[in-house]
Amino acid sequence: MTTAAKSAALDDLDIPPPAPRTPSGIDVPVLATPEMLREPNPGQPAQFPFTRGIFPDGFRGRLWTIRQYSGFGTAEDSNSRYRFLLDQGQTGLSVALDLPTQCGYDPNDAMARAEVGKVGVSLSNLSEMEILFNGIDLSKISTSFTINGTAAIIYAMYCACADKQGVPRAKLTGTIQNDILKEYVARGTWIFPVRPSMRLIADTILFSNDVTPRFNPISIAGAHVRDAGSTAVEEMAYTLANGLAYVDELLRRGGDATKFAKRLSFFFYVHMDFFEEVAKFRAARRVWAKILRERYGVTDDKALHFRFGVVCGGSSLTASQPYNNIVRVGVETMAAVLGGAQSIFTCAYDEAFQIPTEFSAEIALRTQQIIAYESGISKTVDPLGGSFYVEHLTDRMEEEILKVMGEIDAYGGVVKAIEDGWLQMRLAERATERRRKIDSLDTIIVGQNAFRRENQTDDFGEVFRLDPTGAARVLEKFDAIRARRNNAAVAKSLDELAAAAAKDNENLMPYLIDCCHAYATVGEIVSRLKKGWGEFQEPVRL
Amino acid sequence: MSTLKGKRILIAKPGLDGHDIGAKIIALALRDAGAEVIYTGLRKTPGFIARVAVDEDVDAVGLSLLSGSHKELVAETMQELRSLDASDIPVFVGGTIPAEDRAALTEAGVIGIFTAEMRLDDVVAEVARVLVPVRAA
Repeated sequence: MTTAAKSAALDDLDIPPPAPRTPSGIDVPVLATPEMLREPNPGQPAQFPFTRGIFPDGFRGRLWTIRQYSGFGTAEDSNSRYRFLLDQGQTGLSVALDLPTQCGYDPNDAMARAEVGKVGVSLSNLSEMEILFNGIDLSKISTSFTINGTAAIIYAMYCACADKQGVPRAKLTGTIQNDILKEYVARGTWIFPVRPSMRLIADTILFSNDVTPRFNPISIAGAHVRDAGSTAVEEMAYTLANGLAYVDELLRRGGDATKFAKRLSFFFYVHMDFFEEVAKFRAARRVWAKILRERYGVTDDKALHFRFGVVCGGSSLTASQPYNNIVRVGVETMAAVLGGAQSIFTCAYDEAFQIPTEFSAEIALRTQQIIAYESGISKTVDPLGGSFYVEHLTDRMEEEILKVMGEIDAYGGVVKAIEDGWLQMRLAERATERRRKIDSLDTIIVGQNAFRRENQTDDFGEVFRLDPTGAARVLEKFDAIRARRNNAAVAKSLDELAAAAAKDNENLMPYLIDCCHAYATVGEIVSRLKKGWGEFQEPVRL
Repeated sequence: MSTLKGKRILIAKPGLDGHDIGAKIIALALRDAGAEVIYTGLRKTPGFIARVAVDEDVDAVGLSLLSGSHKELVAETMQELRSLDASDIPVFVGGTIPAEDRAALTEAGVIGIFTAEMRLDDVVAEVARVLVPVRAA
């Protein structure tokens, strides 16, 4: 850009400095002082209430897991992308699934046809997963599946895939998102009504405790409500409230809180207000540990640990001047590290509008490696601990998070708030408010609503193109497996599943694994369960 | 602001895409501008959407798509509207629509395309420009 063009853009806009409030509306002091602190001593890392982190040595012993989200088109396409990423030094895989797989439709279903392989890989049955992990030893990698409505089925498929590879199930590591409550609020891939969905989640967690003890059977996610428009405070409050709803369900099923609490992990977005983002993680660690101890009597330290992964980017990224997003993701990644994240996914600069290219995906990966190996911020535990501002903001975030959780309790709890559509409506109103603040320049987004170049074209270079024949290949393979498999075995496994689903306290995981081994499809399994359980009726309320 | 007073607008989510916040924000903005807004909820087929548009006698339909299936699902919805003899209902599209796909949607008869970074007032103004004829002074 020429100097003349630059000054023209700056002169055109009379932008005041940012207001002295965080995006959640918390007042920011001009100068933070020790007198402001509620708890003058932030305590020690790895000690209750874990404000400063859950490990005594922070990232010195072990860096966070670098986990990039990918997976598109066919299982073959995704398999080669995974091998590329593993060769580049990535330490965990993250699998994106297409919408038919997420919503429980087979690729030949009329509801599914337009969307096969579009936003992720199509995994309609075990044969596709065998292709997906071909040549990748499941005992050597950790795999994270972004899957919710059909999470129990995909988890069952993963166990079956390990069986096929000869890998003991106990060696499996990874995560399924498996957080249905936020699907009803913000992400929309629900299938069954709330109660049977909660039962399936309890089944996966209880099964995992015994069979795949190194696998995270749930990742309770605030990311989607945040990306939809909630504040950081609401992101934490809604998510912790959902977490407690799962705890209640597990206790109802006779689970041992000390045991299952170790299997609960969380997932959030990191957006741009650096210190608020750091403080929200420090505050949430504290809130979770305190509630589990005080309300549920959990005393085991490991069970009190609030473990979480994050995404840096999302809706904080812009289509305008997209290369600026590289800087945003860099800032957000530093906030994630200083907040003590266990795993980090960095969005590619073009992620908000398309599936990243290999070029943009590599920059996203390198961003994490630069921060991990060059910036030095991971060398000491919680380097911001004891900062008057950070400790003050942590206190304030804790107060605000508890306040919002109290509002949900006062309404009658998250399950009721979701069934009534109350939480969804609250989120829509907040998202509209966020939008209005951007429109009125109350919130500045560089290159989008301010500091635009004249005649700016929002071009983001190379565009990734899906192979248009991918969906047809998925359908061919789908027909082939149905012709090849033993249909009597499929019918038997589905019948047994349906019978078990009718009983309230039977764990469905072994039945689902049998279905997968028989090459029953996701669509077949889901429609069988729908017959007994029905479907969620979305409360449309505006 | 009541530029859309007396207008009935259907906001719909075709296909499996679960990202509904954009649709809801637009629904609230149109309502603030005086329109009567009907929102379908998630996962509706093009046939269902066209049927509701006709039954509810709406003045416009807004389709929200962020799953990359806009070309197929928009074309199907237009087809369903035609088969119900309702191709005169203006259709708007919002969501993640790559620049190079916009011409195809316009060619299919879409009146306006809105993306996430547009100002809400501009979206409302654009809808009003189509639905509310300017009276001669």
